[in-house]
Amino acid sequence: MTNVSIIGIGQTDVREHWDTSIRHLAWYAIEAAMDDAHHNQIDAIYVGNMLAGQLSNQNHLGALVADFAGLRGTEALTVEAADASGGAALRQAVLAVQSGLVQTALVVGVEKVTDESGATIPAALATALDADYEAIHGQTLSGAAGVMMRRYMHEYGVALADFAGFSVNAHANAAANPRAMYRNKLRPEAFVKAPMTADPVSLFDEAPTGDGAAAVLVTTSERAADMVARPVRILASALATDTVALHDRRDLLWLAAAERSARRAYEMAGLSPTDIDVAELHDSFTILAALSLEACGFAERGQGWQLARDGEIGRGGRIPISTFGGLKARGNPPGATGLYQIVEVAQQLRGTAGDCQVADVRVGLAQNLGGMAGTAVTHILQADS
Amino acid sequence: MEVSRHWRLNQQRYALVGEVCPNCGVKLFPPRDVCLECEAPAKELYTFTGLGEVYSYTTIYDPPAGFEHNAPYMVALVKLEEGPLVTAQLTDMDFTEVSIGMPVEMVTRKLRTDGEEGMIVYGYKFRPAVAALV
Repeated sequence: MTNVSIIGIGQTDVREHWDTSIRHLAWYAIEAAMDDAHHNQIDAIYVGNMLAGQLSNQNHLGALVADFAGLRGTEALTVEAADASGGAALRQAVLAVQSGLVQTALVVGVEKVTDESGATIPAALATALDADYEAIHGQTLSGAAGVMMRRYMHEYGVALADFAGFSVNAHANAAANPRAMYRNKLRPEAFVKAPMTADPVSLFDEAPTGDGAAAVLVTTSERAADMVARPVRILASALATDTVALHDRRDLLWLAAAERSARRAYEMAGLSPTDIDVAELHDSFTILAALSLEACGFAERGQGWQLARDGEIGRGGRIPISTFGGLKARGNPPGATGLYQIVEVAQQLRGTAGDCQVADVRVGLAQNLGGMAGTAVTHILQADS
Repeated sequence: MEVSRHWRLNQQRYALVGEVCPNCGVKLFPPRDVCLECEAPAKELYTFTGLGEVYSYTTIYDPPAGFEHNAPYMVALVKLEEGPLVTAQLTDMDFTEVSIGMPVEMVTRKLRTDGEEGMIVYGYKFRPAVAALV
């Protein structure tokens, strides 16, 4: 099969971009990725986005972004899979390049949440849930995380304070990332005192939504070798699904889609969890970070939280996660967050992660979840030799 | 207007009408016409008793549009006595009273109102089981 590599990466800061519209956010990330690759010949564009239709009254982003990126006429469309849209868009680009019909694809994840405010935002995010059987009962993404977290604490005997390590690690890493939304350090004592949003989920358990865009250019590894000095190879790309509604799952405490996409990715790459040097997991909620560690094979079932307690998820730990702050502290532009993860892993592999750099990174994993992991996309990356 | 979207679910919202699989006997809620367990066609209707217990729950302090006036409110996964889990609000109880395993029963309540002139959506919530209180 044709190998696919990343030849350019770009991103904007994650924050409240009051002065920037969704089309310009996308363009700034695209421009940076094209400059990075020294290449602007694009055959297809995949836009990852979740909320533009609801928050900016703007669908049809494929054609809009193509036009405003100076690529009028280019094949372009939006890929939507809730907050896994970015990872899912990259997956489509990988398939397109592997098919041989597209030489160079541009993938951009973009989200503009601050065109609205207040209760509109959780209502828009709740469209990732089952509208007829979850959202109509006032359930939200935070609430769904809340019922998962409470059951996890009940079954495994975990206290609220035991989860503090996830957010403390995310904030410590974001402090070194100039792109991050929240660069303040967080003390474990502050974590347990945080106001509740969906008890037991607190303000410091859930990732803040923000505006942002991230982009990558991908092409065949053969071409990439002639184009740039440090291409990053996509060793594996796998997407799997699970029930959207939590009540339809046989097992509330197992992310079946995350496990399935990770397992397929390991098989494709011929690797196992112990080969992964750095992992960007989907910590939109602390409980999802704990369950993702278990689904990806970094911890036994029911023990994901222990890696955070024992300091194993830090930059010097057994499996560093959220190395630029994760969704929690870098900030979560939902439809773009999967591409931020890819851009961050690529920086780790290139050795250009600055103060966020983890030592001796050879292989990195990025896993992007949609909603409560109804969609899971796993990519494994390696620096091309 | 979302009238038809809610109207078509009135059997589920007002009476917890789901389905039973004629092949393996598994009870399904919400109805999906195909059995979750054995994948056989399952279109036979089954009305759930509405009795169950709290499997897990949360209290929502950051409500979505349409639920601002209810907050804070509790949303639970209720395990129905016939097997399925259902997502619903807990009502007629205080935050401090609820616990995992607590027996509850279905009641019909107002789910949301779309403004002064808008449609009122009714449906199921769960309260402490009366039988368990006496």
